[in-house]
Amino acid sequence: MSLADENTPITPDAPDADELARMRQARFEKIGKWTLPVIVMVIMLVAWDRIVVLNEIPHYILPGPGLVIETLIKDWPILFDALLVTLQITLMALAVAVLGGVGLAVLFTQSRWVEMSFYPYAVILQVTPIVSIAPLIFIYVDSRLAGLLLCAWLVAFFPILSNTTLGLNSADHGLRDLFRIYGATRWQRLRYLQLPSALPYFLGGLRIAGGLSLIGAVVAEYVAGTGGIGSGLAFRILEAGYRLNIPRMFAALILIAGSGVVIFAGLSFLSHMLLRKWHESALKRDG
Amino acid sequence: MPDLSEAVADPLLRIEGADKVFHGGVVALKGLSLDVHMGDFISLLGPSGCGKSTALRMIADLLHPTRGRITWTGSHSTQDLGVVFQEPTLMPWATVKQNVWLPYRLRGKSFNSVQDDVLEALKLVGLEKFQNAYPRELSGGMKMRVSIARAMVTRPKLILMDEPFAALDEITRFRLNNDLLELKQKIGCTVIFVTHSVFESVFLSDRIVVMAARPGRVIRELRVDAPYPRDEEFRTSPEYAAFCREASDALHEAMELAA
Repeated sequence: MSLADENTPITPDAPDADELARMRQARFEKIGKWTLPVIVMVIMLVAWDRIVVLNEIPHYILPGPGLVIETLIKDWPILFDALLVTLQITLMALAVAVLGGVGLAVLFTQSRWVEMSFYPYAVILQVTPIVSIAPLIFIYVDSRLAGLLLCAWLVAFFPILSNTTLGLNSADHGLRDLFRIYGATRWQRLRYLQLPSALPYFLGGLRIAGGLSLIGAVVAEYVAGTGGIGSGLAFRILEAGYRLNIPRMFAALILIAGSGVVIFAGLSFLSHMLLRKWHESALKRDG
Repeated sequence: MPDLSEAVADPLLRIEGADKVFHGGVVALKGLSLDVHMGDFISLLGPSGCGKSTALRMIADLLHPTRGRITWTGSHSTQDLGVVFQEPTLMPWATVKQNVWLPYRLRGKSFNSVQDDVLEALKLVGLEKFQNAYPRELSGGMKMRVSIARAMVTRPKLILMDEPFAALDEITRFRLNNDLLELKQKIGCTVIFVTHSVFESVFLSDRIVVMAARPGRVIRELRVDAPYPRDEEFRTSPEYAAFCREASDALHEAMELAA
């Protein structure tokens, strides 16, 4: 039995007008995806600079972009330490959110009792704004680090929980029947069928949770207020605000936004690497 | 195939007066009785809603009969079962050889200990070169071949097939029909094959069980007394045409009964 006819050969004829237009479009999208945002940024920075210079706006009201960069470099030792603190909280919270979210999701799919009993409370925790819970947390939790972590975790775990639960329940029905026929144990079904099925959903939740844990860490720090040693970026922003050090506020803001972008890009990359061999979302379409 | 020895031997599987009534009183299957002997190729032929898939699911122990019994004789059990569904139902995250390994894996066997069987099964369906490919890289027909390799990797006594080729184009279907007969000959298993194609059922089976809908029931059993191996010559022979007419008439009768 030959399988040769499964692949049709491609004839190297010259492309027609439609095909040329399609190629032009593809090239434009490839280049434009990167260059257009860069052009927009340059225009914005120039406009910002001109507005500040022409209107002679004092730097304690609105610093120009040059001064912000200057401050970022000058204050780097302070800001970098703060960045490390914030990132530490963020990543720890994300790790705990992954453990808690996946753990609860597995528990929920193993027992309808547990799911029905506790799912509503997971929703309540999620929909209650963290700024309204955080002050209470800092009253009852002595350790500042534990308090920050708890806040960030509360914000970040839900997308992982709900996405993973959805994924665990969306395993193919034919495969489920097959596992039953072949006498799979509950553990085998979870490990070989449900967890791999849930992976794309989990990774989608993880990307959202990455951004949320940064938000959670920053908000919690605002609420926790003056912390003295080991202060993160949010504290530096507050502090600079009190001192009307507006350029430093902008510099810290750039670091926070940059961290968010890096976290998102890193998690997107991780997701791509894990799914690229088999999942639709990671496949390049040919034609 | 000599009939005498079959009549004497114990059946592999015996279905006695099996009924299935679903929620709301829908009678999916009424009074199904069937003896399945070692080496049989039985087709369940009928219009949709005649309970042929229900029968298959009961044999696979995915459904329990409301009344009646399904008994495996001797030391046989649902452990001796392979299944192929209408969809290939492969795990998209696993390679071809990992997919074929699955029935063994669920019995706690490591890949290395059954590697020879896995590769042998892939060789039988002509896919040994694709053992490390992912399902998405394969065509519909090739995916179905993987599914068949998975069903027979443990060399089960009985393979259940639920309209496995219905979603494939005709050329691929013909080729897989030929290959399936060749495979059955090689590994000597028993097959119960659900289909709604007269031509397919005649080409493949030695027994055709024609079923009618509302309620799902057996109305006739036909024997296709043509020797195996069957090939393209059989497909164009007058006796094939005669068997097809017979089966087609029975199927029409079934559809009129339901109407």
